[in-house]
Amino acid sequence: MKKKVLKRLLIYVKPYWGFLFGILLSALINISLTLYAPILIGQAVDHIIGFQNVDHQGMIGTLIVLTGIILLSALFQWVLSHCTNEVAYRTVRDLRVDAYGKINTLPLKYIDGHSHGDVISRIVNDVEQVSEGLLQGITQFFTGIVTIIGTLIFMFTISPIIMLVVVLVTPLSLFVASFIAKFSHKMFVQQQAAQGELSGYIEELISNQKIVKTFRYEKRAQEQFEEINHRLQKVGAKAQFLSSLSNPSTRFVNGVVYAAVAIFGSLCAITGWPTVLTIGQISSFLTYANQYTKPFNEITGVITQVQTAFASAERLFEFLDEEEETADTEDAVVIEKCEGNVEIRDVSFSYEPGTTLLEHMNVSAKKGDRIAIVGPTGCGKTTIINLLLRFYDVQSGQITIDGVDIRTMTRGSLRSLYGMVLQDTWLFAGTVRENIMYGKPDATEEELIQAAKAAYADAFIQRLPNGYDTVIAEDGGNLSQGQRQLLSIARVMLVDPPMLILDEATSSIDTRTELKVQAAFQNMMEGRTSFIVAHRLSTIKEATTILVMEKGRMLEQGTHSQLLQKGGFYANLYNSQFAATE
Amino acid sequence: MKLLRYLGQYKKFTLIGPVFKLIEAIFELIVPIVTARMIDRGVRTGDIGYVWTMGGILILLGVVGLCSALICQKCGSIASQGFGTNLRNAMYCHINKFSHKEIDKFGTPSLITRMTSDINQLQFAVAMLVRLVIRAPFLAIGAIIMAMMIDLRLAIVFVVATPLIGLVLYLVMSRSVPHFKQIQKKLDRISHLSRESLSGVRVVRAFSNQEQEEQRFVAASEDQTKTAIQVGKLSALLNPLTYTIMNLAVVAIVWFGGFRVESGGMTQGEVIAFVNYMSQTLLALIVVANLVITFTKAFASANRVQEVLDTKTSVSEENQEAITIPNDSHAPKISFEGVCFSYTGKSVSEQEQDALKKLSVEIESGETVGIIGGTGAGKSTLVQLIPRFYDATQGVVKVDGVDVREYSFDQLRAQIGMVPQEAVLFSGTIRSNLLWGQEDATEEQLNRALRIAQAQSFVSQLPDGLDAPVHQGGKNFSGGQRQRLTIARALVGQPKILILDDSSSALDFATDAALRRAIRQETKDMTVIIVSQRAGSIKQADKIIVLDNGAVAGIGTHTELLNECEVYREICLSQMSEEEVNRV
Repeated sequence: MKKKVLKRLLIYVKPYWGFLFGILLSALINISLTLYAPILIGQAVDHIIGFQNVDHQGMIGTLIVLTGIILLSALFQWVLSHCTNEVAYRTVRDLRVDAYGKINTLPLKYIDGHSHGDVISRIVNDVEQVSEGLLQGITQFFTGIVTIIGTLIFMFTISPIIMLVVVLVTPLSLFVASFIAKFSHKMFVQQQAAQGELSGYIEELISNQKIVKTFRYEKRAQEQFEEINHRLQKVGAKAQFLSSLSNPSTRFVNGVVYAAVAIFGSLCAITGWPTVLTIGQISSFLTYANQYTKPFNEITGVITQVQTAFASAERLFEFLDEEEETADTEDAVVIEKCEGNVEIRDVSFSYEPGTTLLEHMNVSAKKGDRIAIVGPTGCGKTTIINLLLRFYDVQSGQITIDGVDIRTMTRGSLRSLYGMVLQDTWLFAGTVRENIMYGKPDATEEELIQAAKAAYADAFIQRLPNGYDTVIAEDGGNLSQGQRQLLSIARVMLVDPPMLILDEATSSIDTRTELKVQAAFQNMMEGRTSFIVAHRLSTIKEATTILVMEKGRMLEQGTHSQLLQKGGFYANLYNSQFAATE
Repeated sequence: MKLLRYLGQYKKFTLIGPVFKLIEAIFELIVPIVTARMIDRGVRTGDIGYVWTMGGILILLGVVGLCSALICQKCGSIASQGFGTNLRNAMYCHINKFSHKEIDKFGTPSLITRMTSDINQLQFAVAMLVRLVIRAPFLAIGAIIMAMMIDLRLAIVFVVATPLIGLVLYLVMSRSVPHFKQIQKKLDRISHLSRESLSGVRVVRAFSNQEQEEQRFVAASEDQTKTAIQVGKLSALLNPLTYTIMNLAVVAIVWFGGFRVESGGMTQGEVIAFVNYMSQTLLALIVVANLVITFTKAFASANRVQEVLDTKTSVSEENQEAITIPNDSHAPKISFEGVCFSYTGKSVSEQEQDALKKLSVEIESGETVGIIGGTGAGKSTLVQLIPRFYDATQGVVKVDGVDVREYSFDQLRAQIGMVPQEAVLFSGTIRSNLLWGQEDATEEQLNRALRIAQAQSFVSQLPDGLDAPVHQGGKNFSGGQRQRLTIARALVGQPKILILDDSSSALDFATDAALRRAIRQETKDMTVIIVSQRAGSIKQADKIIVLDNGAVAGIGTHTELLNECEVYREICLSQMSEEEVNRV
């Protein structure tokens, strides 16, 4: 599993193999030089023997070499971190762009069925995690191991036997480091869970403070909050304590190694058994002993980081592997124009296996027809729209436009035949102009203003502080719901498509502009096949065909007067509006 | 720094911790001296026993050092987590007192960040305060002092090198740290773009604009990568530079040390000690630099937290005791007397931006009142003044003839059942949501509320009935079901005043009508206020209030208003045919 993840990651790193090579090379050079410096310092100090006994001439040579090594070592250290940055950030960008691109290819089924926050977290946080954990972690891992091996080699050149003493103590430092890493990781997971619970709780309550106030829930909320908070405190303190152990424990293990080297080295120096050692050599050893445990600690620290990163990488790749919308077939046709004769033939569909939403549905719409879809909420109205636009594919039966099965068309060209105004207006952070020109970026100023006027949006846009160049806030917060809807109508007006889909489009527009907008819609629908999902009876009454739906089944089909005469579900629905309150 | 009082009962740990840390640091400084003795006296004289004794002392120093460090770390974690917990509790308690004006001012996401990541940042700073604030400067300064004690002349190297390292740390960090904020901002843009593409997926695909969207994302990613690499270049300088300065200082020590030794001012061993102290200084300085970053961040966080704690609520509870309502049967149930309201707070009456302008309305007990008007007419604002979500900027709102500001929140809100526009349920079960209305409601009360709200049929069909799970926001129920449940929730407490703030918009006509009928039949003496955009929903009300741009455009019954009120007629005709409008 991990091998697979790593292999895929390597594919992403591959374009930057030059930098990768730079990392390996500069790490090797930097570490060797850094480890060599203490030996040179020792040699330089050896030229200082005592009062009136200092060999300045001999020292100069060593010091010049030392200076060179210091500068070189620093240079390669810089190259090392520079290369790491380049690889890490560029890989992050590539991963992110791929992950984002995935959104555009996923079937709507996935996007509707998954929390958006989760998807975003994969694109933003998981990718970040991969770069920090895997790329930088692996670099640290590598330098750590090189440092350990390098230290061992340098110690070996001084005295193999004392090196053995250090090596024998190694398992202790490994044990301590991994022990701490394991337990603190476990506690951190718990802490994360408690923290998540707490954030979730306040998010839920603070964003609905009005409800909290109406029901005088403040005290109860405070109690529950303090309960979660108390749990967080307990695990938090444990997690923090455990993780803070790593520094003192390392120092302790270091102390033990240091003491062992000091004792054993001194004994050797005194007795000459099992090996002969000078005072200078002891002091060199002590320097190395001091550095020895540090990389162990770093490596174990990195291991947990690498593990989290692996989990993130798996989540990321899992997302990238999600089944995509079936690609357009090779021979898919690009349709540029159509008459607008839509035929829904014997279509069955459900989102989840087991619960059928549409069963053997038949609808036929000629050019210019208005098809109103009516029924209680959850009756499957938006489902039809999802099928018409191929956000979902039918499970049996077929939908045709001018006799051509829509599955043989490219999705792009199919969708461009429809203009759509949805229940939730969607505007992106940008200017009013950019939002209206969304479907036709090359529209002229004249066309733009004409479309805005046709949607009765021009007047209010003119009143905005910067007119058409007013920037719409991230959530469109500086516009009213009605204004947002007018903009999305203008957007469709500009594109001028042969067919329309209106999903309760006018439901929350300011009632006074609504009259005008409805008039505009009348004009727009002229000669265009329109599918309208609406609660509003006045809109429905003018439809050529009304589809009455309940629980996914189509109950009735006909004109307003036909259906009223029939005295069925629709008649009931219609009359209920006027049922007396008493 | 005012925040430090939230340390509360944990204050003692912030004092004990550093003391033990200091003990460890002192021991650490002693170790080289012990080793020197071991070599000087033990090895030179061949005294094996002395070597063992000194070795034992080394181990002992390590063990005692470890123990004091553990105590310190324990103190640090207790103090910092305790501090964070106290602060979070206090902050949540404070936010609970906020009116909507304050919550709007900060914004919910911002309040949440302040309560989570900002407090976490502070918590971390407290831990560092206990663990490192004494230790790091002690080691840095200790090393310099030790060097000066050995040889004042050679210590000049320290006097030059230490500030130089400090300067490098300062220059690199002061230049790179602000960029981290920038990177974060650019990252926010990336996540914003992703969010936009997800929520607008249908529109993006309907216009076949995937490629254009991708270009925007690639541009944002590219931008973020560029900044990150740039900052990376700068930060990458830090370690090589400090390493170079330190080691060049070592070269200087050895070179000039040579002259000092030659002239008899120092010994060889002392030069080695100098070298060791140099590396100790560097390590300590790096820790100090990190501490500076931690505390700079913590200060920014502290300000943001303090800002919340310093904000006084604009709707304050003057009187917390229940008051007796004068038995004045003539007083209307609810009355608005010359009420002006502006969300900006600095309203001069009758200003164009005011949400409500000199508004006077009376609502009698037991009446059903409809409020209608276009978007932004002030409908929601009007009803939100009744439970004091906001206070009127001018004029008085009265319930039972008493100014709402004279009631305690508890007494006022207990008699109001409010169903907000957005049908939000809380994670838990249907039962736990309904119990919000009244903590000790009986099964019967719950069922009655569900029955009136037209929710009983679908709730009873759920496998777990009342105990069916509700996900956050009630996402596992349809819009219409959620609305009916929120109405039921408001009915559980059997309020005297029921306010439906455009809360049946997701219901089909039949259910909407049945709901209104049930409310009328089952709760005869309840005053019901229905805010709606649908003329059909309020047609049958005893009294209809038509709002237009914050002012009353007409009050009366459907028939009266049709004849007298132009705005009302327009609204009706935009929604129904002439024939339907005239049918009562």
